[in-house]
Amino acid sequence: MSDASLAPAASPRARRSLMETDAHTAKRNAAEKRFRLYGVAAICAGLFFLVVLLTSILGNGLSAFQQTFITTQVFLDPAKLDKAGNRDPDDIRKVSTFGYTPLIQNAVFEEVTSRNIETPLDSAKDMKALISASAAAQVRDFVIANPDRIGETVEFRILAASRVDGYLKDRVFREDVARDKNIDAEHLDLTDALVSAGVIAKQFNTSFIFGSDASESRAESAGLGVSMLGSFFMMLVVLVLALPIGVAASIYLEEFAPQNRFTDLIEVNISNLAAVPSIVFGILGLAVFIQFAHLPQSAPIVGGLVLTLMTLPTIIISTRASLKSVPPSIRDAALGVGASKMQAVFHHVLPLAMPGILTGTIIGLAQALGETAPLLLIGMVGYIATNYPDGFVSGFMDPNSAMPAQIYEWAKRADPAYYERAWGGIIILLVFLLTMNLIAILLRRRFERRW
Amino acid sequence: MYDAPLTRREAAVDDVKISARDVQVFYGDNHAIKDVDVDIQDKTVTAFIGPSGCGKSTFLRCLNRMNDTIDICRVEGRITIDGDDIYDKRVDPVQLRAKVGMVFQKPNPFPKSIYDNVAYGPKIHGMAKNKAELDEIVERALRRGAIWDEVKDRLHAPGTGLSGGQQQRLCIARAVATEPEVLLMDEPCSALDPIATAQVEELIDELRQTYSVVIVTHSMQQAARVSQKTAFFHLGHLVEFGETGQIFTNPEDKRTESYITGRIG
Ligand SMILES: Nc1ncnc2c1ncn2[C@@H]1O[C@H](COP(=O)(O)OP(=O)(O)OP(=O)(O)O)[C@@H](O)[C@H]1O
Ligand SMILES: [Mg+2]
Repeated sequence: MSDASLAPAASPRARRSLMETDAHTAKRNAAEKRFRLYGVAAICAGLFFLVVLLTSILGNGLSAFQQTFITTQVFLDPAKLDKAGNRDPDDIRKVSTFGYTPLIQNAVFEEVTSRNIETPLDSAKDMKALISASAAAQVRDFVIANPDRIGETVEFRILAASRVDGYLKDRVFREDVARDKNIDAEHLDLTDALVSAGVIAKQFNTSFIFGSDASESRAESAGLGVSMLGSFFMMLVVLVLALPIGVAASIYLEEFAPQNRFTDLIEVNISNLAAVPSIVFGILGLAVFIQFAHLPQSAPIVGGLVLTLMTLPTIIISTRASLKSVPPSIRDAALGVGASKMQAVFHHVLPLAMPGILTGTIIGLAQALGETAPLLLIGMVGYIATNYPDGFVSGFMDPNSAMPAQIYEWAKRADPAYYERAWGGIIILLVFLLTMNLIAILLRRRFERRW
Repeated sequence: MYDAPLTRREAAVDDVKISARDVQVFYGDNHAIKDVDVDIQDKTVTAFIGPSGCGKSTFLRCLNRMNDTIDICRVEGRITIDGDDIYDKRVDPVQLRAKVGMVFQKPNPFPKSIYDNVAYGPKIHGMAKNKAELDEIVERALRRGAIWDEVKDRLHAPGTGLSGGQQQRLCIARAVATEPEVLLMDEPCSALDPIATAQVEELIDELRQTYSVVIVTHSMQQAARVSQKTAFFHLGHLVEFGETGQIFTNPEDKRTESYITGRIG
């Protein structure tokens, strides 16, 4: 190579003052400006949709946290509830909810007559449309728990019927009640009167958060609590299985496994697994865990196992990425002072990779928490859970649902009262997801170190 | 010490610490080290010089089996330390590396405290029975690393917070803390300024009293200053090996001469 070629040729760019912008630079600057505008526009669009999403969720769902209650004095009539008169719990248990319904209706009717409210409804039976079907069960549970109170008049806060609740929440309108056989205009008049008398009122509804699901006709008493437990037990299974298996697998693959065709194949397959639709894991779980291993249907243990399969690739990929990001010089340093490979990994590499591993795990868990499709196939949807599981084992083994599956189930039901509850359930689910993400961020901050 | 005429410098002792015979190293199909025979003496500084990519680091890493961590790397031939073949099946590379310490080209302290950096090796080798003994080992190592005075007041500050030169001396202290018999240094001064370089060189000269030191360097001056023996590598071959004075003043091979005078490299 001759030196001549390196000598500056006649300069192709004319000399100019720095004060004037040439055409080329102006074009470049314009392109940059345009690109920034696109970016801002994209972010604005994203923010707009976020705001729309949040307002519609909050607007539709917040009302689910309020419920209409009737406060009333129920006379626990011994003639009806304990005919033998000996307060024998077995005898008391024999009285079904049908025995309680008239007592409650009488009590509400008493509230009406004692306040001289004018209404064409002139019998206790007419109060039925105001009262939730679950009120009788509530009073019955109280009596069974406190048999000595029979004969007294006790104040109860019972649920109002779903239509009354809907009327107070602007879901049921006067114009529509003509076609509604559950309620009519007279009842709405009476409701208005009782609201101004303070007997009927909207109050915060803890049983929406902690209660169990209810049948289609009793939307007012349905809650997310039991399916929340179902989700909790599933997450426990996922955490206990997916975290150790995933982390161990990634450490082995990343630090110990020889680099060959076989490990390449495994690697490709793990990446592919992460992209497999979750419903495929569902049908796999149905075939393997229920039909082959005969685990109970609809049980959180099966759901947890299926979600573990689904979460493993996520955990493995994020763990491997964070192991990879630890500089190799740290491994060399440890090996150089005579640490074994395992000591190098566990004393130096793993602590540095920890924030990434934890973040990956929590994001995997959050994903699993919101997953619905695989649960459809193993029967974790539908009206199954009416009671809290008693104890740890039954928490895993008894049929249950999960938060997203419960929301899906509610959204499917015909009664518009369930529509509101579906939105409310989504708020609770989002609160959980946000909390988990927050924990991920905090852990990341806590463990992050420079090197 | 440094201003002694090159030709008069000699190795202090004559016994051979490391002996390599007919060593071949392959990275897959790449034959990186070809037929290398070399004897490294005890209590001597041996410098490896040669153009970039000629295999100095590769050969150095053979001496404590750091190449084992590279999947595609294959070593053939015979390397002995005190007569023991280090590639023998019975040899545990972990034990070997405790005996043959290493300082890397880029300072790589652990992201832990200065104290923990130095104490880590002695801890995993069970060299201290209690905290007091460990403290003593750490102090001695830091003193030998010529960094004690600078860090004695902040032993629990992170090692990564030190300057580059301090970090490298910390790494040297970490390497000597495990009381190795051989110290391998791969371009230990490449990231250092002249002052830190001088400190490290002084240190190497002190370490020679107890260890056999092998140093890879790109600086002819450094090789001339610190070493008693010099090995010149070229394209995977060991071209010339001998007294530093003789290599720098009167090389036998034309390639050595051109490299030293700056015509190849
Ligand atoms: N990890 C590796 N994988 C594959 N080939 C390698 C690896 N390390 C080194 N080599 C090859 O081995 C040869 C010698 O490399 P080596 O690092 O030993 O050179 P060097 O003399 O230390 O060079 P430098 O002075 O630039 O550090 C080079 O051809 C290099 O490409
Ligand atoms: Mg090198």
